[in-house]
Amino acid sequence: MAAEAFPIPTSGGRSGLTARAIVAKGIRRRYAAELRFRAYGIAAILFGLAFLVILFTNIVSKGYTSFQQSAFRLDVYLDPEVIDPSGKYDENARQMVDYGELAAAALIKALKVDPQSRPDTRAVGALLSQNADIDIRDHMLKHPADIGKTISVWALAHGNVDSAVKGALDREVPEARRKLSDKQLAWIDRAVAEGLLQKRFNTGLFTFGASSQPETAGIGVALVGSAFMMLTVLLLAVPFGVAAAMYLQEFAPRNRWTDLIEVNINNLAAVPSIVFGILGLAIFINFAGLPRSASIVGGLVLALMTLPTVIIATRAAIGAVPPSIREAALGVGASKMQTVTHHVLPLAFPGILTGTIIGLAKALGETAPLLMIGMVAFVVEYPKSPLDPATALPVQIYMWATAAERGFVERTSGATIILLVFLVAMNLFAVVLRRRFERRW
Amino acid sequence: MAVQRSITEGAEPMAATSPASKAKVAARDVNVFYSEKHALKNVSVDIPEKGVMAFIGPSGCGKSTFLRCINRMNDTIPGCRVTGKVEIDKEDIYDPKLDVVQLRARVGMVFQKPNPFPKSVFENVAYGPRIHGLANSKSELEEIVVASLKRAGLFEEVKDRLRDSGTSLSGGQQQRLCIARAIAVAPEIILMDEPCSALDPIATAKIEELMEELIQSYTIVIVTHSMQQAARVSQRTAFFHLGNLVEEGPTEAIFNNPKERRTQDYITGRFG
Repeated sequence: MAAEAFPIPTSGGRSGLTARAIVAKGIRRRYAAELRFRAYGIAAILFGLAFLVILFTNIVSKGYTSFQQSAFRLDVYLDPEVIDPSGKYDENARQMVDYGELAAAALIKALKVDPQSRPDTRAVGALLSQNADIDIRDHMLKHPADIGKTISVWALAHGNVDSAVKGALDREVPEARRKLSDKQLAWIDRAVAEGLLQKRFNTGLFTFGASSQPETAGIGVALVGSAFMMLTVLLLAVPFGVAAAMYLQEFAPRNRWTDLIEVNINNLAAVPSIVFGILGLAIFINFAGLPRSASIVGGLVLALMTLPTVIIATRAAIGAVPPSIREAALGVGASKMQTVTHHVLPLAFPGILTGTIIGLAKALGETAPLLMIGMVAFVVEYPKSPLDPATALPVQIYMWATAAERGFVERTSGATIILLVFLVAMNLFAVVLRRRFERRW
Repeated sequence: MAVQRSITEGAEPMAATSPASKAKVAARDVNVFYSEKHALKNVSVDIPEKGVMAFIGPSGCGKSTFLRCINRMNDTIPGCRVTGKVEIDKEDIYDPKLDVVQLRARVGMVFQKPNPFPKSVFENVAYGPRIHGLANSKSELEEIVVASLKRAGLFEEVKDRLRDSGTSLSGGQQQRLCIARAIAVAPEIILMDEPCSALDPIATAKIEELMEELIQSYTIVIVTHSMQQAARVSQRTAFFHLGNLVEEGPTEAIFNNPKERRTQDYITGRFG
């Protein structure tokens, strides 16, 4: 058979370009296009990174100051006249004493202010927080024999003082409209210079509950509330989710009904979270009568929200187990249930774990549904059980963001930093686990 | 009370069988449908006891499908329907009252691609006896595992690595591990679906050697693509083509003196 002439000439010599020459001509254009494409990709990444950097810088710069809180180092004289005027030791009476008075007295002495001048002493008293007496009261109740002695304590400064120390107070504003008078500012500056007024690590941010004053406000209650809710989600969403996924993937027949269920579950994962809040309000609070603002209700709502995520992740993990393992187990005489529990589930476990952690991280940051069920409360005391009123971390951030005082602005960003740390840590944990448990069949 | 079948049963010499006598597995008019596709058409065959029966034929002819009918593994395929009768020791295995789990303990299977569990070598072999309650104590279980591994010709190679993962063995070793796993539940029949197709010639030779010993205690049915292998290891051979059982008989006769034209064509390499 005679060979037909190939449309593209391969050997040169005469007129017309060979294939090799044509390719060579176009090569520069192709490489240029590839370079452009790579440049677009890198530009997109840099764009995203830039916004990420801006976001984090913004939050951290606004919030890092909240991790320190100003306090006065005072030598407090435990005046028996004030604490126990009658001379009898009565524990209840001692609890009721206004220890703040002692703190104010100590501060007046330290600032060398005239104790006889009423306006001055009142001005000095305004420099202290309403919680300045905590440490003094604790000491007195633990060591009742110390009455009459002078002890050294840290007394929390008022929020305005804290703002002044951190340079957040605008000193240009005329005195009449400022929170602190010129005299008070002078005292503050002198106290800082002498080391009387210092910034200390703000443990209160983590331990205090809600408060109208920023210096005594903290995320303690929110942390406990969030912890209760995460526990509820873990205990409810994971067993139900895994069992449902197991049934749908391994045991359910493939018909129109199971298809319908699958479509519905996938849709549920995309439902706006506030709808779950409305559902929770209607069922758990109005119908079932559970207490409003309780972490159990928040936990139930978040569990409902996390359920579709766990089901989808578990189904994917179970589906990734190769059928050869199932065949091997069935071939040796294992029942369907034994095959699934002894072989499929252990192999699907890492995927289930990863999906659960990601679902929990998502639930930790949810705010809208919790607003609907009333977890926006002003809760001062730690909740002792999931039935007590509590709040959640993102909700606390929301509440502080709408408060007026200067101190709350830095706290909003500070709490946001803490929330982001939790979220990053959980997601990192999920990635590490997934890497560690990666299997080769 | 189920009698604990010992896997150290004494050898019984294989008698020259005629199709009707001593049939371990008897199939009559078996049809298999995968949804609409008619994969197996009216297959009737007797498989004699304690010997090797080979199923040969081109790809897609239905030999694996028929093999999987014997231990009802086709049940796990959605949309698969089996009609006809398959009897083991004169019991109909498609009787709705029959427990499939018990059936699969009597009829073991070795698959084309070695599929040990991602557990230790010991656990791989011990799993079957454990779930069926064949061992009353830990030491009995160990005995069963060691004996199975010895029978599969694997014990010497893995006796120091019983706690290592089953997947860390070589391909040939993994397949022998799968054979040991099948043996451990003391089956009567072992089905092998192209067990050597994923192995190199040396590993294949080891397994063929193994089969010669295994026929002393078990009935073996092997599906194979290699006619040379069928000629080497089997006593009877069945040739499948396009879902039909074309011819069946003693291996010698099938290879040297086939009755059907199609059999002749396949063996001489005209197709498949």
